[in-house]
Amino acid sequence: MNPKKIEDKLAVNKFDVDQEVHIRIKEDICCQCKELDCLYACPAGCFTVFEDHITFSFEGCLECGSCRIVCEKEAIDWTLPRAGFGICYLYG
Amino acid sequence: MKQHFDAIVVGAGPAGCACGLTLAKSGLSTLIVERGKFAGAKNMWGGVFYGPLFHQLFPDFWEEAPVERYILHHRISFLTADAALSADFFSSKFGRKPYNSFSLLRAKFDRWFADKAQQAGAIVASGLQADDLLWDGSRIVGIKAGGDELPANVVVACDGVNSILAEKAGLRKRLLPQDMKQGVKEVIQIPRQMLEQRFNLSGDEGVAWEFIGSFTKGIPGGAFIYTNKDSLSIGIVVQLSALIKNKIEANDLLEEFKEHPEVARYLSEGELVEYSAHLIPTSGRAKMPELFADGFLVAGDAAAFCLVTGLNLEGSNLAMASGMAAAEAVIQAKKKEDFSKKSLSSYSHFLKQSLVLKDLETFRKAPKFLENPRIYNVYPGLACDMAEKIFTNDGRPKKKIWKQLKRSMKGNVSLLQIASDLYNIKKAL
Repeated sequence: MNPKKIEDKLAVNKFDVDQEVHIRIKEDICCQCKELDCLYACPAGCFTVFEDHITFSFEGCLECGSCRIVCEKEAIDWTLPRAGFGICYLYG
Repeated sequence: MKQHFDAIVVGAGPAGCACGLTLAKSGLSTLIVERGKFAGAKNMWGGVFYGPLFHQLFPDFWEEAPVERYILHHRISFLTADAALSADFFSSKFGRKPYNSFSLLRAKFDRWFADKAQQAGAIVASGLQADDLLWDGSRIVGIKAGGDELPANVVVACDGVNSILAEKAGLRKRLLPQDMKQGVKEVIQIPRQMLEQRFNLSGDEGVAWEFIGSFTKGIPGGAFIYTNKDSLSIGIVVQLSALIKNKIEANDLLEEFKEHPEVARYLSEGELVEYSAHLIPTSGRAKMPELFADGFLVAGDAAAFCLVTGLNLEGSNLAMASGMAAAEAVIQAKKKEDFSKKSLSSYSHFLKQSLVLKDLETFRKAPKFLENPRIYNVYPGLACDMAEKIFTNDGRPKKKIWKQLKRSMKGNVSLLQIASDLYNIKKAL
């Protein structure tokens, strides 16, 4: 049976996870956010609501850039992982 | 003394490889910088690759390049929750060399393409990120990468849809969710024989299959299935702004699509081997950035070159054509030893010659037209409903087709709306 949930799907991918975090959220802005657009925009489910604040985990990031574009409050400090790290597609 | 390059190409995707290869073939010293471990490592797509243009670049490339299947059947289906109305176009012409189009996987193909650029004389530096531009006053004179300064006469930004460099060069405004579609894709492995049996294919024949319908819940977009050698590329492409507005995740739409009875039967016993996502710049000509500055050109997705025709999206083919056009502009600039904005503006001319700008101009009204929600949540349903009525035999007397159509339309769409949509098709497509 193939996975349906994003986290299980990501588990089949090849990632070279860096120690360094490449995307940070500005928690002071995010904790007041009502829209939560990043939650729906991120195809990798990297944003989650935990005890009414948003948390972000960079490990499964597919580097698509959706979160940066949808966040009108510009609360996402978006960069790419360092060269050689992050998602490594073998099919694409 | 550090090497000074004629050109540094940032990004070894279809635009960057085509650009670097063309430059190197003309004898220009060329560096291609790629942030992935290898060319293609950051790339994904759902598309078909057009053969004839590439055949000019590499005669009989299909003999050698890692293409998957040549596309013999183009299929389009309208889906409702439990029905499908499909059209299949087959032409034996598509089965003859140089094949019209191919399915392929970016991580494999781009790696091959970058090797070709290297063989032509370009230096391909994988695992190297262009962090910033080098400036001399208002001129761009190279890049900063991996803590080094790398000087060049021209930098060609082929760094994809999120182009950091086009932004740093001041050529592009903030990207907006309404200008983007999000593509989410799975590669599902299926034993070759089983795949060929299911799709009724033999040898290297393949199918490109597009879908629109209720599974996107009214969100502009659609889905696709492409047959690879022993896997399927299956995915959806949906408007980013509509996802957040409706608070829907693309993966949920993909799952709904995969569960459709007409789709699910092609997937059974397959094994997921990759899940990927990417943005596609789909606002066409309207949201193109400026394409050149002093010592700087933008090509491919970075320049938002994506042709939206209604039936498909075309990005990679335009990326290659624009990469080649950018190379031509640099080659000409090199002859004059003038790398100013004015000198590099010949890029526009080469783009027009390569049809990139002409096609974008022809279909400039299509992106706006395709925002019409009726295309996704009314017409597919209407078509399936009509087909069901025509083909159903439940022992009751049949009604005239026109009467049935009017009944199906009731509450969904008016004749005036249909007339207006038809008129807009004529204008936009």
